[in-house]
Amino acid sequence: MFLHVNDLTVDFATEDGVVHAVDELSFEVERGSTLGVVGESGSGKSVTSLAVLGLHDPRTSTISGSVLFEGKELLGAPRTAMERLRGDRIAMIFQDPLTSLSPYHTVGAQIAEVYRRHRGTSRSAAWERAIQMLDRVGIPQPKARAEDYPHQFSGGMRQRATIAMALVCDPGLLIADEPTTALDVTVQAQILDLLRELQEQSGTAIILITHDLGVVATAAHDVLVMYAGRAVERGTVREVLHEPRHPYTWGLLGSMPTLRRPVTEELRPVRGAPPSLLNVPKGCPFHPRCDFVELPGPRVCTGERPELSPPRGHGDACYLTMKQKREVAP
Amino acid sequence: MLRFAVRRTIATAITLVTISAVTFFLFFALPSDPALLACGKVCPPELLALVRRNLGLDQPVMAQFVAWLAGIFAGRDYPGLGYCPAPCLGYSFVNRAPVFETIMDRLPVTLSLTIGAAVIFLTFGVATGILAALRQGRPLDKVASVASLVGASVQIYFVGTLALYFLVYQGKLLPSPSYVPLTENPLGWATGLLLPWVVLAIIFTANYTRMTRSTMVENLSEDYVRTARAKGMPARTVILRFALRGTLIPIVTIFGVDLGTLIGGAIITETTFGLQGIGRLSVRAVTYSDLPTLMATVLVAAGAIVVMNAVVDALYAVIDPRVRLT
Repeated sequence: MFLHVNDLTVDFATEDGVVHAVDELSFEVERGSTLGVVGESGSGKSVTSLAVLGLHDPRTSTISGSVLFEGKELLGAPRTAMERLRGDRIAMIFQDPLTSLSPYHTVGAQIAEVYRRHRGTSRSAAWERAIQMLDRVGIPQPKARAEDYPHQFSGGMRQRATIAMALVCDPGLLIADEPTTALDVTVQAQILDLLRELQEQSGTAIILITHDLGVVATAAHDVLVMYAGRAVERGTVREVLHEPRHPYTWGLLGSMPTLRRPVTEELRPVRGAPPSLLNVPKGCPFHPRCDFVELPGPRVCTGERPELSPPRGHGDACYLTMKQKREVAP
Repeated sequence: MLRFAVRRTIATAITLVTISAVTFFLFFALPSDPALLACGKVCPPELLALVRRNLGLDQPVMAQFVAWLAGIFAGRDYPGLGYCPAPCLGYSFVNRAPVFETIMDRLPVTLSLTIGAAVIFLTFGVATGILAALRQGRPLDKVASVASLVGASVQIYFVGTLALYFLVYQGKLLPSPSYVPLTENPLGWATGLLLPWVVLAIIFTANYTRMTRSTMVENLSEDYVRTARAKGMPARTVILRFALRGTLIPIVTIFGVDLGTLIGGAIITETTFGLQGIGRLSVRAVTYSDLPTLMATVLVAAGAIVVMNAVVDALYAVIDPRVRLT
């Protein structure tokens, strides 16, 4: 397996107590495939990706579990080893391309320095490579635009530039954290197309973090639904979006407007708000917001925490039986 | 860039003329009579009238100001004293010398004091600020913040006097502070000014430490700094090339103001260490109602501030490409 995250737990010590941002999360990503990670804000999506890259401050966070990448354990790896890995074998792009690019350096320089850092080439070779990458991500007149600063780029162009920067060393894994959220809808589609196109060319695996199920439906192969720092459902896009099993996934799908649904039909948002990670509900973390909490029997959902089952393939963490689910599913 | 230079030069000229005019006219609102002071202890009325005419004090104030202004560009003839060549800032009857000569004599002292101290406080202030930001909440950070507070609170005449007493008179570790021109004896220049530099720097370092620390802490959590780490840049590069860059703007801003102010004369430091710089000259000029000297020191101080401000604005554009000079 290419990337194997096992029982990843991330806690942050704060003044108010310990925040359990990610709790015993396990998932896998195969070479050349895209895993969509969905969930509301605060469900631990971004914390997970930063943990894979080793970007959490060790002074404020406690991380346990295992992150195996190309057979090597990344958790607890030496700082310099992680620095060499980041940007080379694992790259990341962030939500807001304006703030995630340095305003003080030209776009070309920011791309070139990654190549130079990891490949040790000459300045001019790295600069040539940067221009080539800008061309690959579809920036017109790449030679001239490489000399520009990020504020001289449009939003979509900036995200293209960050993608060029992330892919300059042909990484095996790209983590894209809400890469289209800050962009116009028309630009969103272009960026997703671009990512898919580049993936087909280079075979890069992608972890696509998003709260937008539409993005998952168009761009991902597999899906991981997260809630309160845990995985509540996992499967292929077809399985999870067409035969969703977990009440939270039902809620997510029900709160998404689609063109196929008649306009007279109301959206069904998930009631309540995500729990505080300082104080995650006992048992199934979703039970305070779940409509079917009485169905499995008294005190089942509030007792032990449900595990993802079955352990492989399409699985979910819920005490409802398949029969019950079929009966109550929307 | 050219437009910026032209605009700022014109603005500088207007500012300086305005400040000169205000100083000039305010001076004549004072009750003291410069002619009487210049005349000497025994002053018969005929002599007083002569002095008055020689100084141009019999002219209307406006005409005197114009004559003073014209003297800067064209030089000026003083009856009974001779010709004062351009740039003539007037003739001081207190110092019995053309003011320009006195200024040129004192300016190197003040500049040496300022530049030496500035190098120390900028280097130490920024360095400790960065370290404190990187070690937030840990012992080094706490020591730095307490030291900053103490440094910012102490007074030069207090620290300076203590340092003089213990390091120079008692300990004999340092020579007595004095000014030797750099061109004459570089080593003597440095050792003579070392104590004033350090003492002056103590006061200023604190400011830079606090400013650097707080801006650095902010910048370290910027998205682009996270990006730099995410692309595998080594920690040193992340700090120096990315996080520090955004910290430079506020540092350059206060540095410009501090440098401008200090060139105008570090009065207390110069007095504490007996250095004959612009600061002490200005105090003396006020005490003796020496208008030409006073005008010149005001002009130096104002000029330094105005020029430093223009330099700072130009540097903004160098540091941050989003800044356009107009």
